Amino acid sequence: MSFLTINNLTAHFGKRPVLRDVSLSVQTGEVCGLVGESGAGKSMIGKAVLGTLPLAIAATGGEIILDGVDLQSLMPKQRRQIIGAKTALIPQDPLTALNPSRRVGAQITNRLVDILGWRKAEAEHRALDLLGEVQIEDPERVMLCYPHELSGGMRQRLLIAAAFAAEPQLIIADEPTTALDVTVQKQILRLIKEMQARYGTALLFVTHDLGVVSKVCQKLLVLYDGMVLEQTSVEDFFTEPSHPYSKALLETTPKYTDPTGSLTPIPQEVLERARAQVAAYDRMQNHV
Amino acid sequence: MADARTEIKRPIGLRLWLSAGWFTLLVLTALFAPLLAPQDPLAQDLFTSRLPPFWVTGSEPGYPLGSDSLGRDVLSRMMYGGRVALSVALIAGTLTCVLGASLGLIAGYFRGWPDMIISRLVDIWMAFPPVLFAILLIAVLGTGLTSIIIAIVVIDWTRFARVIRAEAIGQGAMDYVASAQVAGHKRFGIMVQEILPNVLPTICVLLTLEMGIAVIVEAILSFVNLSISTDQPTWGGMISEGRLSIHQAWWVLVFPLIILFLTVLSFSQLGEGLKDRFDPVLR
Repeated sequence: MSFLTINNLTAHFGKRPVLRDVSLSVQTGEVCGLVGESGAGKSMIGKAVLGTLPLAIAATGGEIILDGVDLQSLMPKQRRQIIGAKTALIPQDPLTALNPSRRVGAQITNRLVDILGWRKAEAEHRALDLLGEVQIEDPERVMLCYPHELSGGMRQRLLIAAAFAAEPQLIIADEPTTALDVTVQKQILRLIKEMQARYGTALLFVTHDLGVVSKVCQKLLVLYDGMVLEQTSVEDFFTEPSHPYSKALLETTPKYTDPTGSLTPIPQEVLERARAQVAAYDRMQNHV
Repeated sequence: MADARTEIKRPIGLRLWLSAGWFTLLVLTALFAPLLAPQDPLAQDLFTSRLPPFWVTGSEPGYPLGSDSLGRDVLSRMMYGGRVALSVALIAGTLTCVLGASLGLIAGYFRGWPDMIISRLVDIWMAFPPVLFAILLIAVLGTGLTSIIIAIVVIDWTRFARVIRAEAIGQGAMDYVASAQVAGHKRFGIMVQEILPNVLPTICVLLTLEMGIAVIVEAILSFVNLSISTDQPTWGGMISEGRLSIHQAWWVLVFPLIILFLTVLSFSQLGEGLKDRFDPVLR
């Protein structure tokens, strides 16, 4: 049974659709990638699940079923409790994702103590263990640091530790490696993968980097302008993508085998076809 | 294991020393004015009127900074005036800060309709000429220390609301707020626990600026005779009286003016100094 199921989710910014009939499911222990260009709505799916959509954007239809419960049918308080207990977020930018005026240790233990009712000593013990798990040296010292005293990679490790702290069953990682430099990216990616495997967490991985997808995910969704163009397993995607847009997306990735080759943009006719598909969907909606 | 962490001690700057020193001196003289003042600030004596300060020939030993045209000691009156100025600065400043910052925080973090109401209110408020507004309020409330404080709070909360709202919007857009939301914290809890500590340095600076402004407003109202009853010495009142005899006795005007200037300056410098010292993020 899948842990997270999204059925026909739509979201609107005023009258403009942001998500168009998005459906997906993630099993326990599975990693699902969401790829697409900027503005394709990949982050919005994660935000809709976690209930952190910007004020101007509203989920207007469909259902989000988390562990058998339809989130949109719940009162805000219940919803917050379920999300707090079962999910966690690994945010994009480690520089703004930690509160600058609080020590990092307290930021990890705070949630365990306040929300899940752990005892303080327990929570601190757990935090120290976690910092070890994410390979931070001298965890006692790091716990007492303020975020600005740590490097970007260190902060992202801390955020990963914080996300796994309460052993959530679903983690949404919103471009967790985008703000880091390439060498650090690789370590962080390996770390996320390791932790995910260790805890058997379902992971929704938002990214625009197909290289990352091939390393981490089992299946993926290709989004264009809020619409799912293709939903497939990673092997199939990289061997025989079915949608021309997916194929074009794959070809934009620079090749190691041809370092001098120029970068390929997505061809105009492919983009037009994707746009036509979106427009056709919108026409159909307006007729109903 | 606090000792395991390397603490970087920032030196207390000259700015903080001077402003904090001046502030302490003011508080002490205001507190102990009855013990320190050489004369009764209200005692009139026409035989000792318009005595010059001590370094000018013709001065009297009991009147180190001279006396005004009714023979009242300038130094003693300044000490007692400091009591009014400081209570206005501390009480009015703090109340303004609490009211304005709370509203600003709510508007900036919750957005939506609370923001609409608070922001429109601020816009309307700021369109009023402040001094006129103050005079109007005092006319309605009557003179006295409480009225002054109410007038300052009612007029100046907008300054805090505006700035803190903008700061709270900026902080609210940060990922750490989203993380706290996902973790299941209540909205109000996030505002107090996550946002407030990060706007505190700004609140601190604004508060000290506001204290300076409160002192000035009180002086302005005393100057136009709308502050405390005239038998209680205030800096603004002394400046107003000194203006009448500026050609015969400049000291009656100049000394309270200098004190007023130094006090307002020290408040703003104290705020900046404290921010530099205690902001956890070295900017």
